[in-house]
Amino acid sequence: MTPDTLAAGTFGLSRRWKKPPMIKRPLVRWALWLAAGIYLALAFGTMEVNWGRVADGIPRGARFISGFFPPDFVSSWGEILSGLNESIWMTVTSTVIGIAVSIPIGLGAAKNLAPKPVYLLCRGILALTRSFHEVIIAIFMVKLFGFGPFAGFLTLAIATIGFYGKLLAEDIEDMDPVQAEAVKATGSGWFQWLNYAIQPQVMPRMIGLGLYRLDINFRESAVVGIVGAGGIGATLNTAFDRYEFDTAAAVLLIIIGIVMIVEYTSGFVRQKVQ
Amino acid sequence: MLRLDSLSKQYKTGDLALTNISLEIPNGQVMALIGPSGAGKSTLIRCINRLVEPTSGAVYLNDLELSSLNQSNLRKARRRMGMIFQEYALVERLTVMENVLSGRLWYVGFWRSYFRKFPQSDIDEAFRLLERVGLDHMCDKRADELSGGQRQRVGICRALIQDPELLLVDEPTASLDPKTSRQIMRLICELCAERKLSAIINIHDVMLAQMFAQRIVGLQLGEIVYDGPPNGMTPAVLTQIYGEEDWEKTIENVDDDDVLDDEEILTNDA
Repeated sequence: MTPDTLAAGTFGLSRRWKKPPMIKRPLVRWALWLAAGIYLALAFGTMEVNWGRVADGIPRGARFISGFFPPDFVSSWGEILSGLNESIWMTVTSTVIGIAVSIPIGLGAAKNLAPKPVYLLCRGILALTRSFHEVIIAIFMVKLFGFGPFAGFLTLAIATIGFYGKLLAEDIEDMDPVQAEAVKATGSGWFQWLNYAIQPQVMPRMIGLGLYRLDINFRESAVVGIVGAGGIGATLNTAFDRYEFDTAAAVLLIIIGIVMIVEYTSGFVRQKVQ
Repeated sequence: MLRLDSLSKQYKTGDLALTNISLEIPNGQVMALIGPSGAGKSTLIRCINRLVEPTSGAVYLNDLELSSLNQSNLRKARRRMGMIFQEYALVERLTVMENVLSGRLWYVGFWRSYFRKFPQSDIDEAFRLLERVGLDHMCDKRADELSGGQRQRVGICRALIQDPELLLVDEPTASLDPKTSRQIMRLICELCAERKLSAIINIHDVMLAQMFAQRIVGLQLGEIVYDGPPNGMTPAVLTQIYGEEDWEKTIENVDDDDVLDDEEILTNDA
């Protein structure tokens, strides 16, 4: 047979080709589509939209926003400043402590470093610290230790452990095992091995994530303040309670400004350490 | 002298990587270990320094039995065996000098190594070795800035600064071009001769093995099927190791291979 007749197939017909479907069995495939469709139809059907209220809400929103202007930085400047101070303090301390605590936990939660029991324990701790949103932890901490920035600090530190520990563990699991093997083969001790083989591989990403967490913690410090854990959030909440929308607008602008500054700096630093 | 005594390795998946390997490598001998992919070459050398734990059998480095050592004695024994890797296995974000000095980790305490305060004698030796392979001017470059051949030479320095008695070399040329491969193999063999080291070199390239090794061991499916001098590699032997193929040409080419002078190792940064 010549190549031509081979290509055309035995009967002179072209062979058909179609991309194989992700789910092989057609019955399962169609059943899944159907189930998803029914659920969505029911879910949207249950949602009640009161168009009258939506219509009322829009002009109210417009009034609300116009209340924001012009933002008033002056009349509550002292409160804003002390709230801001508290927030920054809370952000920095919780990030530093959170990362410090998360390093041993993250090492223990990396499958390729830790023995099984340690791995399970550390993964358990991480899962626990990650299972609740900051606001819920903050409410709990405020109940335990009273109002104020200490509760906020604890909340953010716990959240940082879950975040940083998990990503550290995952980064270690993704490292190049051969580099680690090579350092081990020199007869290095365990800590030397960490320092020479693991740390260089994960460091750039961890610096980037540390800055990212700093950024997140500042934003979260505003949120946890609303449930009583101090900081700029408390100032914001007070302003809303007193219907001082112009002061609230000032606080919001300051938060946006600081988040943007941290964002740009962390982007810059991350580029540098790569 | 290195002696393997009926060494076996079975992976958790059930794959039998090595069955009853017994070998003796006298001091100063450069032995090439050849065989198809999956024959167990890498497993064999990793079982010697226990990066892979053997399932049964014993390994003796001179009179020291390696497979029953505890962690701290194992570290001490690993120090006596330098290892060179296929993809160089340098820590990419460390400098050339740090990579070389990591070969001294067993000798120094944690804090000393943490602050990179190695004894001056170690630093002298590192420079001497880097000079020997023509890379002393690159000592502060990061390892990932180097070319393949340069990286492998740094890897050789890291292994040698351990002051080993034995080199375990895992596919040193697999990621290098033919010319650099020859340079690297020649360098390894010269250094072994200078320092009276014995070496086990895993290698795919039969021609290179024949050019440089004093002894060739052929591994197939975890068993030794050939153990003898390089010139005993007949088509029949190669067929036994690798399977049916036309081997005549591979063997003929050995004698008229290119000859590079040593200067090239020092001047060529390829």
